[in-house]
Amino acid sequence: MAENQSALGGHLRENGMLLALVAIVALFSVLVSYQGKPMFLQAPNITNIFLQNGHVIILALGMLLIIVAGHIDLSVGSVAAFTGAVAAYLTVSLKLPVYAVIPLTLIVGGLIGAAQGYWVAYWRIPSFIVTLAGMLVFRGATLWLLGGQNIGPFPKEFQAMSSGFIPDLTGIGKPHGLTLVIAVVAIAVVIWIGLRARRRDMEFGITPEPAGLFWGRSLVIAAAMAFVGWQLASFRGLPNVLVVLAVLIILYAFFTENTVQGRRIYAVGGNYKAAQLSGIGTERLVFFCFVNMGVLAALAGMMVTARLNSATPKAGTGFELDAIAAVFIGGASMAGGSGKIIGVVIGALIMGVMNMGMSILGVGIDYQQMIKGLVLLLAVIFDVYNKNK
Amino acid sequence: MSTLLEMREITKIFPGVKALDRVSLTVEAGEIHAICGENGAGKSTLMKVLSGVYPHGSYDGEIIYDGQPLQNRGIRDSEAKGIIIIHQELALIPLLSIAENLFMGNEVAKNGVISWPLAMQKTGELLRQVGLNEPPSAVVGKLGVGKQQLIEIAKALSKNVRLLILDEPTAALQEADADRLLDLMLELKAKGVTQIIISHKLNEIGRVADRITVIRDGTSVSTLNKADISEDRIIRDMVGRDMAHRYPERIPNVGELLFEVENWSCMHPEQTGRQIIKDVSLNVRKGEIVGIAGLMGAGRTELAMSIFGRSYGKGHAGTVKMHGKPVDVSTVTKAIKAGISYVTEDRKALGLILEEPILRNISLANLSGIAKNSVLDKRREAQVAEGYRRQLAIRTPSVQQKVVNLSGGNQQKVVLSKWLFTDPELLILDEPTRGIDVGAKFEIYTIMKELAEQGRGVLMISSEMPELLGMCDRIYVMNEGRIVGELTRDEASQEKIMALIVKDNGKTTEKVA
Repeated sequence: MAENQSALGGHLRENGMLLALVAIVALFSVLVSYQGKPMFLQAPNITNIFLQNGHVIILALGMLLIIVAGHIDLSVGSVAAFTGAVAAYLTVSLKLPVYAVIPLTLIVGGLIGAAQGYWVAYWRIPSFIVTLAGMLVFRGATLWLLGGQNIGPFPKEFQAMSSGFIPDLTGIGKPHGLTLVIAVVAIAVVIWIGLRARRRDMEFGITPEPAGLFWGRSLVIAAAMAFVGWQLASFRGLPNVLVVLAVLIILYAFFTENTVQGRRIYAVGGNYKAAQLSGIGTERLVFFCFVNMGVLAALAGMMVTARLNSATPKAGTGFELDAIAAVFIGGASMAGGSGKIIGVVIGALIMGVMNMGMSILGVGIDYQQMIKGLVLLLAVIFDVYNKNK
Repeated sequence: MSTLLEMREITKIFPGVKALDRVSLTVEAGEIHAICGENGAGKSTLMKVLSGVYPHGSYDGEIIYDGQPLQNRGIRDSEAKGIIIIHQELALIPLLSIAENLFMGNEVAKNGVISWPLAMQKTGELLRQVGLNEPPSAVVGKLGVGKQQLIEIAKALSKNVRLLILDEPTAALQEADADRLLDLMLELKAKGVTQIIISHKLNEIGRVADRITVIRDGTSVSTLNKADISEDRIIRDMVGRDMAHRYPERIPNVGELLFEVENWSCMHPEQTGRQIIKDVSLNVRKGEIVGIAGLMGAGRTELAMSIFGRSYGKGHAGTVKMHGKPVDVSTVTKAIKAGISYVTEDRKALGLILEEPILRNISLANLSGIAKNSVLDKRREAQVAEGYRRQLAIRTPSVQQKVVNLSGGNQQKVVLSKWLFTDPELLILDEPTRGIDVGAKFEIYTIMKELAEQGRGVLMISSEMPELLGMCDRIYVMNEGRIVGELTRDEASQEKIMALIVKDNGKTTEKVA
């Protein structure tokens, strides 16, 4: 039946993504050890994958909403740079405390998103144009605010946003007890959610994927989480970035799949006019997507600034492309109306692992770009091929 | 007469669905052969096999065309042999002119350079042949569906056509245009063009067809000669049962005044100063089915959409009342809240999200009905969809099925379910049976009847006068943005409706109570 096909097709897509991620990790593990370098999957590397790619995941979460709604945002790299500079200005020049700087910067991001979303949503100016303009404007604004120089360093509390680790409340210290507890709980939750979704599928008359496949995949995920958890615990524990990421991912996954407004965004991208005639405030939703993107860009901007411990005029270059690539590798449709948070996260991780792996292997930036480009193309070809089959 | 086309025992299987099961079809040279069948019976699939949309090898059975086995690899192969199909969904490019569309892929060119004067001239000739009075340079997207259909036919004529396949060519046409088209088919027949017409409209089949093949559930049931054609026989073959009545028996139980529109006017959204709706007043009572008749371009859809949350036009003026009290219908949300639903005439473009499953389409206009504190209850969503699937007999293996995979009649039922779930007091149904087969039409009529029996008001816009006469308690006649008359069930007849339109002198007449 057609519906079995689409159900399996959906599973195929997610499983394929996961398989690709596992394969890429395995490939780098082999290549790295073949070069006689220290193990690829060691604690510092694992920690660094999240530290160095957290901003991509955060931007990709917002970008998914934008792309699902049928738009695009090219300005997020510049906005991240600008908001990073704002945070630097507030912290270093005005000496404001961290708890004031963070919300203020997020508000600035939201306002920037609103300024762009206004034209897109209410004036129907193509988002490509509006955000291309935004990309130039905010790159320029960054240069202007920083006066062409770097601003830094930051106080410890601000840096903790990107380089900090959660305290061990269990008092074990080594290995990091709280990290282990969280890992165990997370594994249990992931399996529980999987089982629940499976039961619901059966109840709704969707043919569930074969039990073997489900348990096989769950085992791989659980093993990966246990491994990552143990590695992190035996290093310095759970990085703050990962906590922020986990919270955001869960929040956005819930928002997109289980709330009225989230569902409506898919409707807007799926058929704008039908959504409008169904009483959905299409303009306001598009506007919201851009405000949301602005806030997330500000968060990403602060994280990058904190990691580098200085705001630089060149920060955030190419972020928009990483985020957009992650969304499309994650299976969203260019036409809007489809795409999942979990896919986007895996897509961003694939990009992140490749970045790190190739750097460790000493692959030049020239080859890195070519390879990343081809991976994006392959992922989308895989999608189109599956859809046509 | 020689045989032009013979399709033998064609079987086409989609994953899990046998769309065609050993269907045979013989078409004689020079005849007009009609194919009838309910939606989903396999008519369109059979034509796609013939025209090469499904290439040779993707189906079983054989096709003999002009004495030779036909093994198409694609549409180009079949077009080269003079087999041209005009699909139900028009394949015109809205931003290009008529001339550009007509010769798309078949340009009037020498060495790759297009000769526009010649193309324009040829276009003019072709347009005259199909009776379309538009300049060849007119942009297609600004023309109505009816005119676009005529352009499609002109496009087929521009190619060297031997076997012309028309898939429901008059579905979107007004009667006058449909008549013109049927005449055109007879003219083409006189010129020796063999034609296959897929149609639901039995009267027009009776008029033009020499023979009819009826297809039911993917098998060919019967082939009738002209002498044996009778509407009842065709209907019986199509649905596999006798259909004594084409409209459900209904005893109107009309209650108090429900919905009133007073002096409603609105302007064209782009062309300043052009008034589209002119001082329209009408009303619907509880339990009443009221029709709006009129020709294409009379402003019926525009009227309905301008009332429904100002979805059409600008500069709206007038009052809308529910239960005698004025209501705010300035946005779709407010209109829904006021108890009004509008079921669009264009379900694919305006009614459905085709790539989403049935259940998500049904819940779309009333998501708060399946949510608590803005959080969706997906179990409830599935139950609601399942309920409508049973109630309206939506034929699908599951409500998880994507809407794009459903037949027209079932898609229409999904759109209806979506609006029923908003629990409206007044439903505006715009061409509710367009492109739907006889069996599904009866089901839609039955649903309308039940809605009226529940005490809801139904305002039905239709271009098919028999269905207006068969269903409505009262009929308003619209012309050029105005109500030009109102007829009760007993007064109404096709002749009277046409007379009101034709004799309309351009002044607002007959103030309607």
